[in-house]
Amino acid sequence: MEATVQQFPPFREPEAHPGHDDHGQHEHHEPGFWSKYIFSTDHKVIGIQYGFTALCFMQFGFFLMMLMRWQIAHPGVPVPAIGPLLEKILGAPAAGGAISPDLYNSFGAMHGTIMVFLGVVPLAFAAFGNYVVPLMIGAPDMTFPRINMASYHAFFLGGVVMLVSFFIPGGAAQAGWTSYSPLATTIPTNGQAFWLIGMVLLITSSLLGAVNFIATIIQLRAPGMTWMRLPFFVWAQFVTAFILLLAFPPLEAAGVLQLMDNLAHTSFFLPTGLAVGGQLADRSGGGSPLLWQHLFWFLGHPEVYVLILPAMGIVAEVIANNTRKPLWGYKSLVYSVLFVGFLSFIVWAHHMYLTGMGQKIATFFQATTMIISIPSVIILTCMFLSLWGGSIRINTPMLFALGFLPMFGIGGLTGLPLGLAASDLYLHDTYYIIAHFHYVVAPGTIFALFAGVYFWFPKMTGRKMNEFWGRVHFWCSLVFMNLVFMPMFAQGIKGMLRRMSDGAVNYSAARVPNAIDALPGTVMELNQWILWAAIALGIAQIPFIVNLFWSIGHGEKVTSDNPWEATTLDWQTPTPPPHGNFAHAPHVVRGPYEYSAPGHATDFTPQDEAESPAAPITPTAHH
Amino acid sequence: MDIPYTVENRPDTGIYNAKLGIWLFLASEVMLFGGLFSAYILLRVGADPGMWPHGWLDVRLGTINTLLLALSAITTLLAWAACKVRDFGKFKFFHACTILLALAFLGIKSYEYHDKWIHYEIQLANGKFADGHLVEKSADFDLAKKTGTFTIHGRIVDNRKELMDLRSPEARSAKLEEHIIAAADIKKMENYGPKHNTFTAIYFTLTGLHALHILGGTLVIFYLWAFGGTLWQRDPERFTNRIEVSGLFWHFVDLVWIFLFPVLYLT
Repeated sequence: MEATVQQFPPFREPEAHPGHDDHGQHEHHEPGFWSKYIFSTDHKVIGIQYGFTALCFMQFGFFLMMLMRWQIAHPGVPVPAIGPLLEKILGAPAAGGAISPDLYNSFGAMHGTIMVFLGVVPLAFAAFGNYVVPLMIGAPDMTFPRINMASYHAFFLGGVVMLVSFFIPGGAAQAGWTSYSPLATTIPTNGQAFWLIGMVLLITSSLLGAVNFIATIIQLRAPGMTWMRLPFFVWAQFVTAFILLLAFPPLEAAGVLQLMDNLAHTSFFLPTGLAVGGQLADRSGGGSPLLWQHLFWFLGHPEVYVLILPAMGIVAEVIANNTRKPLWGYKSLVYSVLFVGFLSFIVWAHHMYLTGMGQKIATFFQATTMIISIPSVIILTCMFLSLWGGSIRINTPMLFALGFLPMFGIGGLTGLPLGLAASDLYLHDTYYIIAHFHYVVAPGTIFALFAGVYFWFPKMTGRKMNEFWGRVHFWCSLVFMNLVFMPMFAQGIKGMLRRMSDGAVNYSAARVPNAIDALPGTVMELNQWILWAAIALGIAQIPFIVNLFWSIGHGEKVTSDNPWEATTLDWQTPTPPPHGNFAHAPHVVRGPYEYSAPGHATDFTPQDEAESPAAPITPTAHH
Repeated sequence: MDIPYTVENRPDTGIYNAKLGIWLFLASEVMLFGGLFSAYILLRVGADPGMWPHGWLDVRLGTINTLLLALSAITTLLAWAACKVRDFGKFKFFHACTILLALAFLGIKSYEYHDKWIHYEIQLANGKFADGHLVEKSADFDLAKKTGTFTIHGRIVDNRKELMDLRSPEARSAKLEEHIIAAADIKKMENYGPKHNTFTAIYFTLTGLHALHILGGTLVIFYLWAFGGTLWQRDPERFTNRIEVSGLFWHFVDLVWIFLFPVLYLT
């Protein structure tokens, strides 16, 4: 592998020169606002575009959730403060400022869709991937910069289509983020068609992104950056890109078929003899509702790993940097992430135990589901063991990374009963499953994303985010996240179903005292607690938002290009990196996590630092 | 700033960027059509006995279209080879053939679509089924008002199932003739559009998506054919790469048809 180093022609020297000023060398064609920020082909600008847009969508998705939590805790009671505004914007579905069941369904479907496809994936994969991956592998940009731009534009357009659907007659999609047929076709609103068109745009966007990422990682690694010298984050993004590349198209196929069902009145997913509103539907029938579920979950489950793998990559980088020692079991991590990526394609039907698809199929998917927990546990274990014996620097990114570990642990372990058909039959579609996957994604992935924002912010802006408010943000988020989601396990175990616009009031012991499985008052009361915890969680994000924007102009300035004293190439660039990224073409001579190497003057050795300062690096010097 | 390996191969991977990119894209396309073919299989396996149509499509037209695409694959390869030996005139000729073959394919496909569009299955008030192509409908034809007549060229059968397998000896020997049907006798009528049944639905979706791919590929090839001259002058190697990459896409689209043809026409 080492021998490949000398085969590389030298990089074409970027015209940038060392320094913090990225304007100096572009005087001959200083780009205007539009070409610099909107139609930029620079991977760093596109990364920030993705990040900013995704954070806005996450904020919006959170807002939808708050409205839903209000409705669950106070069914039918007008929403305080913003109720009249809702009525003004959305009209009849929000009559009197209260959330109608239809509107609740819209909010539920769109909360899931927005959080997954417009919030977390674009932030975890597209934003961090775009900004960091080319820097980490020593590349001047992505392989296809214009396709990269097109990817962001398709994403943005998809988001617009999703948002517009709130304002059409009948409102946005109401069939859940999973859009099960025949429900998705029979609800009398065109919101579903908007949803599908929006999804096709988002799928196009992630397809373009995935092709770009894989090609970049394969083709643009700097000389000496062999596969086993890639930072774990790059591996995670590489596998994520493959998942997006191969798992999303079947959903696109399913989307096209459902679009045909909705617009051309075909019956791909509609069974023979379907009755709608007590009348036989005017459809040819012969379709299969199960087919939709198979195609959806063929994406849907790998999507979970799209959400979690980049987060694991971020956590790995932050942990290695702040424990000041190499990641424990780098190779195990790499092989595990590859194995997870492969296995994620054959576990999808564990979402479908209740559909009557057959015991044998359920058994197969139960087995693969148990197997996939092994590499996931290996990854988490490696990260825990990396902490062992380190002299840990505690700062905001590290706090979030440390918070990720137990939170994702809870999320993962509570998934085991759902992966086993027997216990899933009971827990399916209850609040237990809501709690489970939110533990994976919210205090799991989103904590890792926060860690990433705090960690790479100095590289993006040249300033650090405020440490004190960062810690306030972390501790409050940690406490309130758990107060929001922990009670849902209890509610779910008691049998409270998800997707009920009245917060299960109709099933409460107060309403049906004689039913043996009625929900006791304590379970119903938790709805109140969760509402207040959610509001507190929202307030806890204010320090973050203010900190983020305030620090761009007023944060503590970094004194070096490598403020965290990190080893990976992303920190060996000018700050912020200019167009073309590197002042000198990097030549990689060692692995990604050379922290505290014995005999070295500092406790970190950058990947491209020459072996010995006396001998100038030639490609074979380190043999 | 220049991105490396846009034209020349990277030594250790042996490939240039765009070629890797198109192969990755094709991998995702395989999954896209793979999803649709899986849908086809599940729908067909799940169809009620005797209700999956056979022989509804014209095998002769399908065969001609298959040959057209096979030929276009050859001309695409030859166009790339012409670029490789730096013969721009030959390239122009071969890709002109590719474009014409693609347009001929789309023309035949449109004719087949039209043929399905004017093909009606009419449920009669007496319980029988009239089935055939529209010849003419009277000026005052109105299904809701029950006025006028609808003339088809086809046949009338007792059971809808008889319309399903057109390869059966009975269907082959059936006499097709003009039937004039009064609107008052019609219980329900429907053309062979996508909503007719799951076969027409998957037929229109699969071939429609494929036709869109043909259209997209043709546009790209036409763009390179018509406006590629300047790039050819400046950097022939880069232009040749573009022809190779678009050619790879074209071969994939041809390959999809090689699966579509037996699946839809022959079985």
